[in-house]
Amino acid sequence: MSNPEVLVETDVVTRFYGRHAAVSDMSFMIRRGEVLGFLGPNGAGKTTTMQMLSGNLAPSSGRILIAGHDMREAPERAKAHLGYLPEYPPLYREFTVDEYLDYAAALRRIARKARHGARERAKARCGLSDVGGRLTANLSKGFQQRVGLAQAIIHDPDVVILDEPTVGLDPIQIREVRTLIRELGREHAVILSTHILSEVQASCDRVQIIHKGSLVLSEDIDTLMARMESQALIAAFRKTPDLNAIGALPQVRSVAMVDDGRVRILHEPGTDPTDAIVRLALEQDWGLREISPEHSTLESIFVELTGESPEAA
Amino acid sequence: MIRAIAWREWRALFLSPLAFVILGVTQIILARLFLGHVNLFLMIEGRLTTLPNAPGLTTLVATPLLGNVGVLLLLITPLATMRLIAEERHNRTLTLLYSSPASLTEIVLGKYFGILGFYAIIILMSLAMPMSLLIGGQLDWGALACGLLGLVLFASTLAAIGLFMSTLTRHPAVAAMGTFGVVFFLWIVDYAGHGRGAGGALVGYLSIVNHYEPFLRGLFDTSNVAYYLVLTVTFLIFSVRRLETDRLGTR
Repeated sequence: MSNPEVLVETDVVTRFYGRHAAVSDMSFMIRRGEVLGFLGPNGAGKTTTMQMLSGNLAPSSGRILIAGHDMREAPERAKAHLGYLPEYPPLYREFTVDEYLDYAAALRRIARKARHGARERAKARCGLSDVGGRLTANLSKGFQQRVGLAQAIIHDPDVVILDEPTVGLDPIQIREVRTLIRELGREHAVILSTHILSEVQASCDRVQIIHKGSLVLSEDIDTLMARMESQALIAAFRKTPDLNAIGALPQVRSVAMVDDGRVRILHEPGTDPTDAIVRLALEQDWGLREISPEHSTLESIFVELTGESPEAA
Repeated sequence: MIRAIAWREWRALFLSPLAFVILGVTQIILARLFLGHVNLFLMIEGRLTTLPNAPGLTTLVATPLLGNVGVLLLLITPLATMRLIAEERHNRTLTLLYSSPASLTEIVLGKYFGILGFYAIIILMSLAMPMSLLIGGQLDWGALACGLLGLVLFASTLAAIGLFMSTLTRHPAVAAMGTFGVVFFLWIVDYAGHGRGAGGALVGYLSIVNHYEPFLRGLFDTSNVAYYLVLTVTFLIFSVRRLETDRLGTR
């Protein structure tokens, strides 16, 4: 299993709304056993991408392959390998959870005899076993979301596409959904979109950052974590230090004053100039008050890549 | 697949009060009209016996009632079909269908047969009244079957028009008004068009009732069957095309 099969492949996919390109030249692939996080501010093109992957929207140009089937040429075969939870779970309000899931199973061409088993399995996985007889309209937002999730996995699809799966859930439910996503990610390919950065850290193997319709980053979460490992120190002194003296240290790349009077020291990856700086501060009597590695976060990488803070976008 | 979609449509109709209200109101109105036809028949019955080739129960009661059902369907169709696609679009449940391995044709046909199932109930219930005449009289089965076939074709066409109008919008009320407009226009199109020449003939040909009346008179003409079938298939194809544009569509 060194090179598991590719389940989703997009080839320079572009989507226009009028003259506005919501998604442009997007190419990526996802293999079995991967959880891919799609990260981007609102309006970056996440939902458009999800809609195209799920066959709800045709790309203006480019090609989408699901489990080897072209979404344009063989949409039925491609969609048979697909489960999709849209931003708003597509629930029929007048149906009970059981009726709804049976219908979803029938739509996914599950044989009549197998439907009951498929429904019960999906319910058990999504924690819906007690609400089978209730109307979907009367469920809380969290349960509705779970019914939407159950609908997406009832036919055990190869590819599960989740558009903001944890929106509107409370912290406990979020944890449950994340566990479920991890579980799904073992045998399937999961794509989830979110604008919450910690979500990606919690449940994804790979992350793609999308901004204004284009991919600006596509990396393994491990690589990304390594990249986020501290490459900077933050130090505070009682007296104004000689920045040039710090900058002259061998491991230090650059030094800068941060707004609040502290000093940010960027160093070479894999080295730690802390001892040297402490010694220097002692010798020069700068009155070192604090020194600590700066924790780079996904947020800061995001800002670095897009030039915008995710909240403001 | 088609069956699953049709079955859901049918169930959803009966989970809302609308279907029951439509059936109830239809039944009450038809009962009043039926009574009127029977009354008329009883009034002239004595004189009829002296006439050679006199019209019978079927011609005076049963087929006029089928004509009434046709008029009622004109009014019911906008309400019955308005939700088909528009509501799914409004509630964003269309996504479920679009991301399932169902072709657009299957979706449209499923919806269509679902609503035809409802029409079947309306027609069957309206048939119960002429059937009650069998207690004291006899019916001309051939004429009745011919009228019934006309009604079924007429209803199928109305349903296809309603389905198409429902694919155009996300608001059921807009779909209802659109359907009403199209159907009513096809109904009255020849009111001013009894003119001469090819134009007049064409306008007369377009009229949706002109093709229904021969069936009620017991005349089976394949050109009338063709008219309804062509109209039905056309609107079903339009519906599929419209859903296609939905996916390609520019917002």
